[in-house]
Amino acid sequence: MPAAATPRAAASEEQSPRKLYRSADGRFLGGVARGLAGHLGLPVVWVRLAFLALFFAQGLGALLYAVFWIVVPLGVGGTSAAQPKSMFEILPDGRRKLRKPDRGQVFALVALVVGAAIFIGNVNMGLAGTGRYIWPMLLIGVGLVLVWRQADNARRARWTEIGRRRRVLQAARGVAGVALVGLGLTVFVVVRGSAAQFGNVLTASIAVVAGVGLLVGPWLVRMTQDLSEERLMRIRAQERAEVAAHVHDSVLHTLTLIQRNADDGGEVRRLARAQERELRAWLYRPEGRGKDEAEEPDSLAEAVKKAAAEVEDHHGVPIEIVVVGDCPLDEKLDAQLQAAREAMVNAAKYGGEGGAVQVYAEVEGRSVFVSVRDRGPGFDLDAVPDDRMGVRGSIIGRMKRHGGTARLRTAPEGGTVVELEMERVPEAGVGAQG
Amino acid sequence: MNSDDAVGARHVRVVLVDDHRMFRTGVQAEIGRTEETGVEVVGEAADVDQAVTVITATRPEVVLLDVHLPGGGGVEVLRRCAPLMGPVENPVRFLALSVSDAAEDVIGVIRGGARGYVTKTITGTDLVNSVFRVQEGDAVFSPRLAGFVLDAFASTDAPPLDEDLDRLTQREREVLRLIARGYAYKEIAKQLFISVKTVESHVSAVLRKLQLSNRHELTRWATARRLV
Repeated sequence: MPAAATPRAAASEEQSPRKLYRSADGRFLGGVARGLAGHLGLPVVWVRLAFLALFFAQGLGALLYAVFWIVVPLGVGGTSAAQPKSMFEILPDGRRKLRKPDRGQVFALVALVVGAAIFIGNVNMGLAGTGRYIWPMLLIGVGLVLVWRQADNARRARWTEIGRRRRVLQAARGVAGVALVGLGLTVFVVVRGSAAQFGNVLTASIAVVAGVGLLVGPWLVRMTQDLSEERLMRIRAQERAEVAAHVHDSVLHTLTLIQRNADDGGEVRRLARAQERELRAWLYRPEGRGKDEAEEPDSLAEAVKKAAAEVEDHHGVPIEIVVVGDCPLDEKLDAQLQAAREAMVNAAKYGGEGGAVQVYAEVEGRSVFVSVRDRGPGFDLDAVPDDRMGVRGSIIGRMKRHGGTARLRTAPEGGTVVELEMERVPEAGVGAQG
Repeated sequence: MNSDDAVGARHVRVVLVDDHRMFRTGVQAEIGRTEETGVEVVGEAADVDQAVTVITATRPEVVLLDVHLPGGGGVEVLRRCAPLMGPVENPVRFLALSVSDAAEDVIGVIRGGARGYVTKTITGTDLVNSVFRVQEGDAVFSPRLAGFVLDAFASTDAPPLDEDLDRLTQREREVLRLIARGYAYKEIAKQLFISVKTVESHVSAVLRKLQLSNRHELTRWATARRLV
C-alpha cells in the first residue's frame, strides 16, 4: 500500500520504530483494525471498511483478520484511546445512560449491516440451499470470536486488575462462545448428514482431534515445562535477592559495628549474639511471617524465647534456652513468665561472668516448670537485707500470689538455680462443653 | 600401647571434617596440642568424598563431623562409613559438631549413628572432654539435644505407643531433664546420688533408644514429631 508508507515513515522519524500491536482499547473483535489504524496513522473506519470490502472478495478479509489476530500480540496503542469502551456511560449521579454513539461508529455499523444484507441477498439462506453450510459456519465463527476475545481479555487482565463483576461477565462470554461452537458443529453434522452418519462423523472427528493432539502435544508439553521452569527460576532469583537484601541490611551492618567496637569484648559478643539470633529467626522463620512483623507471642515457648532474647540483648550475657512442650499462655503463666524474666535479669547481672545462663522450660501435663540457672558466685537469700524486694517481691511473691511456687538454691557446682512451678488455668473449652 | 601412656596421658586420634578451613584451623589450634590435650588430629576433610577417603585411610577413633557439608552433608558421611561403625574392632565414633541446633539436623545425624552432638559455641576444654567421652563409647548430649528428646518422648498428644516400644525409663528422663537444664554429668551425679558412670550409661541408653531398633519405630517416632 503506497498510501500507508508515507505516514509510517513520518511517524518513525519522530519516534523510535513502533511495533504493530492489536489495540486493547475500544475494539469490536480482536482490536486488529484499531491497532493497524494506529500503526498506519489512518482513521479506524477506513481500515474497518477495507476489511469489510476484502471480506466480499471470497472472504479474504475474514481470513486476513484472523491471521492478524493470531500473529499480532495484544498491546496498548492504536489510535487515540478516547474511544468509548462501553455502550453505557456513568452519569455523575451514578445512573447508567446509553452513550451517544459517535459518527464513525454509526457509519461503521451501517456499513456492516448493509454489507451483511448484500451478502445475505447474494446467497440463498434457506435450509435447503447453501444455508445449511452458512448457518453452522456462522455459529462456529461467532463462537470462535467470542472464545478468542476471551483469551485476549484473560491476557489483558494480567496487566490491569479487573473487578469481579467483569470477570463473571468474561466467564459467561467464554462459556457462550464454546456453546456456540458446539451448537454450530452439531448443526453442521446433523443438517448435512442424517443422524445415522453422526456416529461416523464423530469417530472421524475424534480421530482428527487425537491426531492433532499427538502432533501438537509434545510441543505443548515442552512449552508448559519451559514456562514453569522459567517461573521457578524467577522465584528463585527473587528469593536470592531477598536473602541478599537481608544479609546486606542486618549482617553487614552488625559486622561494621563489630569492627568498630573490636576492643570492647562484651559489646562484640552482644552484637554477635543478637545478630546470630536474628539470622536464625529469619532463616528458620515459619512461612509467611515477615521479618518486620514483631508480634506478641501467644504460646509459652515463644514467650520464653522472646523474654530471654530481650534480656540477652540488654545485658550482653548469652542465654541458652531449652523448651520442652508448649502450651497457650494464660494469666498465671504470664505471671510465671514475669518472674522468670526477673530471674534471668538477676542471673545475667550477677552470675553472667561464669558463662551462659541456662533457661529450661517444660510443660508437664497441667503444670509448667521453668528453671533459670547461672554459674556465678551463688546466692544466699537469707543474706539479702529485708528491704531488698527484687527477689522476694518479683519472683517469690509474684509466684505465690498466683498460686505457684518458687525455689532458689545453689547449684552443686556453684551458681544459682531458680525453679518456678505453676499450675495452668483449666481450659475453658472443656467446661463449656460439659 | 602409645608413647603417651608413658606420661599417663590419654590419647585419641581425631579426624576433622568441616568445609570451613578457618574453622578447622581454629579447632586444630584449640584441641590439637597433643601434649596438653591428648588429642591428635590425624586428618582433615572438607567434603563428603574427602571425608570418607580420609576416615577409611586413617581409621581414627573419633571423627568431628560438621553437619552441613558439600556432597550430601554429615548424614551422607555417616551412611558411607556405616561399616566402620558397626560391631568391628576399633570402631570409628562420630561426634557431630555444628552451628545449627535445628531439630532436623540434630535428629538426622543421631539417627545416622553419631554418638553425640555439640554446637560450635562449645569451649575447647569441653570439646576435648566430649571427644574422650565419645571415644570411650559414651554419648554426649547438649542441653538442646536433651530438650528435643524429652520433647519427643514426653509429649502427651503423640499417638499412643506400643507397649513393647523401647521407651525411656523414669530415671533416664530425669537425667535428660537435668542435662537439658544445663547440668554437667558430674553435677547430675551429685544431684541424683549416683556415679558419673551411671549417668553416662543412662545417656548412652537414651541415645541407643533414640536410634531405635527398627525402621518401623523410627518412622513412627519421626512422623509423630513431624521431623520427617
